[in-house]
Amino acid sequence: MRWSRLASLVVVALAVVLAGALAGRAQRNATLPQDVQSLIEAKGLTPDQVRAAIQTYVPPGKYDEYLMFSSAGQGGQVLVFGVPSMRLLRVIGVFAPEPWQGYGVGSEETETILNWRTKDSRLAWGDTHHPALSETNGEYDGKWLFINDKAGSRIAVIDLRDFATKQIVQNPNAVSNHGAVVSPNTEYVLEVTQYAGPFPFRYVPLTQENYNRHFRGLATFWKFDRGKGRIDVSKSFQIELPPYWQDLADFGKLESYGWAFWNSFNSERAIGGTLEKKPPVEVGASARDMDYLHIVNWKRAEELVAQGKYTVVNGMKVIRLKDAVEAGILYLAPEPKSPHGLDVAPRGDYIVVGGKLDPNATVYSFRKIQEAIRNKAFSGRDDYGIPILKFDAVVAAQVKLGLGPLHTMFDDKGNAYTSLFLDSAVAKWTLGPPYNPPERAWKLVQKLPVQYNIGHLTAVEGDTTKPGGKYLVALNKWSVDQYRNVGPLLPQNFQLVDISGEEMKLLSNTPIGIGEPHLAQIVRMDRIKSWEVYPAGTNPLTMRPDPNAVKAGQQRVVRQGRTVHVYMTAMRSHYIPDRVRVKRGDTVIFHITNIERTKDAIHGFAIDRHNVNLSLEPGKTETVVLRAERPGVYPFYCTEFCSALHLEMMGYLEIEP
Amino acid sequence: MRSPKVRTGRGPVGMPVLAAVLLAASLVLPYWQLTLYAPQYPGGLRVFVYLTHVAGDAQEVTTLNHYIGMKPLEEAAPVERAVAVPVVLVFGALAVLSGLLHSPWRWLLRLPLVLFPLGFFADLAAWLWYYGHSMDPAAPIRLEPFMPAILGRGVIAQFRTVASFHVGFYLALAASLVALYDLWRTRVQQERVRVRVAGPAEVAAR
Repeated sequence: MRWSRLASLVVVALAVVLAGALAGRAQRNATLPQDVQSLIEAKGLTPDQVRAAIQTYVPPGKYDEYLMFSSAGQGGQVLVFGVPSMRLLRVIGVFAPEPWQGYGVGSEETETILNWRTKDSRLAWGDTHHPALSETNGEYDGKWLFINDKAGSRIAVIDLRDFATKQIVQNPNAVSNHGAVVSPNTEYVLEVTQYAGPFPFRYVPLTQENYNRHFRGLATFWKFDRGKGRIDVSKSFQIELPPYWQDLADFGKLESYGWAFWNSFNSERAIGGTLEKKPPVEVGASARDMDYLHIVNWKRAEELVAQGKYTVVNGMKVIRLKDAVEAGILYLAPEPKSPHGLDVAPRGDYIVVGGKLDPNATVYSFRKIQEAIRNKAFSGRDDYGIPILKFDAVVAAQVKLGLGPLHTMFDDKGNAYTSLFLDSAVAKWTLGPPYNPPERAWKLVQKLPVQYNIGHLTAVEGDTTKPGGKYLVALNKWSVDQYRNVGPLLPQNFQLVDISGEEMKLLSNTPIGIGEPHLAQIVRMDRIKSWEVYPAGTNPLTMRPDPNAVKAGQQRVVRQGRTVHVYMTAMRSHYIPDRVRVKRGDTVIFHITNIERTKDAIHGFAIDRHNVNLSLEPGKTETVVLRAERPGVYPFYCTEFCSALHLEMMGYLEIEP
Repeated sequence: MRSPKVRTGRGPVGMPVLAAVLLAASLVLPYWQLTLYAPQYPGGLRVFVYLTHVAGDAQEVTTLNHYIGMKPLEEAAPVERAVAVPVVLVFGALAVLSGLLHSPWRWLLRLPLVLFPLGFFADLAAWLWYYGHSMDPAAPIRLEPFMPAILGRGVIAQFRTVASFHVGFYLALAASLVALYDLWRTRVQQERVRVRVAGPAEVAAR
C-alpha cells in the first residue's frame, strides 16, 4: 500500500514538473523580447525574412554545415564559402598569382605548378568555370578538386588536404574548353573543347571550307592517378570530334556508368565575319532548330586505347573520329538548339538538357538511348559520318519550364531544379519514374524569381548519386539594384535558397566582387578532412618531406661557386639566419621552413623590391631562387602578423657590388 | 597443516612485484600536467611532463617562453631524463628483492621505490624554481623571477595556468603505497605466525 501511494506521488510530481516545463516553453515561444520585436519592426522585416535570417545565422565560433567551392571566373581562382552563412572562408589561387598564399610570387614550388619554369609564355591569369570535386561511387569524397581554365585550355588539380593547387595541365591540342567533370570514381577528368581549332593545332586560313575540313573539337579524358594525386598525361586520351562547339558534359553513373554525354551548339559551323557584313556568330550559330547531344562510350574508348588504336598528336593519344564511329564509341542525338547545361539524374537513368533558346528541359532516357543504338534507330549521319539517333526514340520527356533553361541540379526527393536565365528564375520540377509516380512525373512545381539573370545553380551534392537537398545557390550574373552602387563594375549575386520544403524560399544575398563565378559545388563539411598544420618540413608541391627542410639548429648558409644556399627557419618571431650576404651575380636559393607546430602560427617571407612573398604555414618548406643583380641592403620580413614581435621579425639581404 | 604462505594466496614477492610493475608502467605515462589558457588558444595548451620527456604543446610553450627568456622546456632535467629508465627498473628490482629478505634490508631496499614520488615532486619543484629564476635578462619581455605554480592555479602574462599531477605520478604513488602496505601486512602476518606457532600465552609472556 505504502509503495503504490509513493509511486502515485512520484507520478503526480513528474506531471507537475512536465506541465511547468511545457508552460514555460510555450511562454518563451509566445513572445520575443521587446527589443527584438522593435528591431524587426524598425527594419520592416516579414516573418519569412526573420526566419531566413535565423536559418542562415551562424553564431561566432560555430561552423557551417556545408562547404561550397565556386569558380571565381576571370579571377582565375576558386572561392570557398560556408553554407548556409555564405561567408567566404578561403580563396585558392589556381591560374593567377595569389600573393597572400605566396602563389606565383617568388616561390619555386608554386611557379612550377603554374608551369612558369617550363613554358615560354607565362599565363598570368585564367578563366575558371567549372569546379569538380573528386568522387567515389558517384559521391563526393572530399579529396581533390579540379577546375578548368577556359582561356588557356588548362585543368588544375587542387589537393583538399591543404586547399592548394598542385598541378596544372595544358591541353596541347585544344584551344579553349568549357568545364571539368569527373567520372564516378575519378578515373578521368573530362575536358571538352568549347571553340573548335585547327587539328593538329597550326595555322590554317580561316575559310568555311578549311573550317569544315581542318577544324575539330576534342574530348580529353585526363587520367587521374589517386596514388600520386596527379593527372597522368601518358595514360590520358582524346577523342576527335566534329567542329561543333562542344559544351557542358557529364559522366553517366550507376546504370549509365561507362558513358559520357555532352552538348554542342553551332552545329551550323558559323565562323562570323561581321566586318564583311556576314552574320555574327550569334546569328549564324542559331540558324538550325537542332544541335547535337554527343553520346560517348568511354569504357570502349579506353579499350581502344589499350589496343593501340590511336594516333599520337603532340604527345597525346588521340582516337580519330573515323575510328570512334567505327568502334561504336560516338553517337549523336538531336537536341533543341543551342543548349547549355547537361546533367545526369542521380540514378544515372536520365540526361537533362537545358534548352537555353528553347523553353524546355529535354530529358533523354539512357535505356532508350541503348535501345536505339541496338536497333540502329538512326535518322541519318552528320557530315562526319556520325550516326544520329532518332529524337523520338531517345527522349523520355520535355518539360516546359520557361525562358532560357540552362542548368539543372537535383534534390533527395525526386525533384530537379533548373536555372532560367531569361526568366531570372529557378524552376522546380518533378522527375519521372522511378523518382515519382507517373501522375506526378515531369511537372513544373514552382518558379522562384531570382535577381537577376541566373547562370548556373548548385544544390547540396546535387550532381551526385545521393543529392543532399536542403539548400540551393543561384549564381546570378546581374545584381542591378541589389546592392549600393560601387561603380559600373557590379558584383555578381549569389542567392541562397531553402529547398527543404515543398516551396522554395529565398534566404539571402551574397555579393561576389572578385570575379564572375560560373559553377559551384556544395559538399557536406564532414567529407573534407584537411590538415591543420603540415607535417614538419613538408614541400607543398610534392606533399612529402622536403630534402632541404631544416630543423632548429641546422640552419646554415652554404656557398657552392656562384650559388648560395640559405637553409633558414622561421618561427616566432625571428628568422635564422637573419643576415645573408651575397655578391652581385650570385644565385641565392632560400630554403625556408616554418618550424612551428601550432595551428595558425603562420609566417610570411617578403623581400623588398624583389617580387617575393611566401606564405609559410606551420611545417611548410618553400624555396625562393633569386638572382642577386642590384647591389644594396634589402630588408626581408614577415608578412603575416604572427605575434606581438611580428614587426621585429625581419632580416637583411646584403648584395655586394 | 597449511603453511601461512599458501594461506595468503600470494608469494612473499607478490606485492613488491606489483609495486615494481606499477612504477615501470609509469615510465610511459605523464607525471605532471600544466594547462595554459589564453584567449587565442581556445582549447588551452597542455604540457605533459614524463620521466623521460615533455610532450603535448611543449614546443608551443617553449616558443612562447622565449619571449620572457625562459629556457626551452625540452632541455629541463637532462640527467634525470637520461637515467630515468634504469633508475626506475633498478628501484623496482630492489623492491622485489626486498620481498625475499628480512629487516632491515627489507625496509632499506624498498625505500627508493617508496620515496620515488616524493623525489619526483622535489625535483620538479627544483626545476620549476630554476626556470622561473634563470630567465634571460635580454629577453624581449622582462618578468620578475617567480616560482611557477607546481599544483593548482597561477597566472603568467595573459595565461592562466592550472597544474596537476597526472596518471604516471599516481601510479608511482600507488606503487609506493603497495610497497608500504606489503611491509605492514607481512609484519602483521609474521606476528600472527609467531602467535600461532608459539601460542598466544607464550607470546604474551614474552
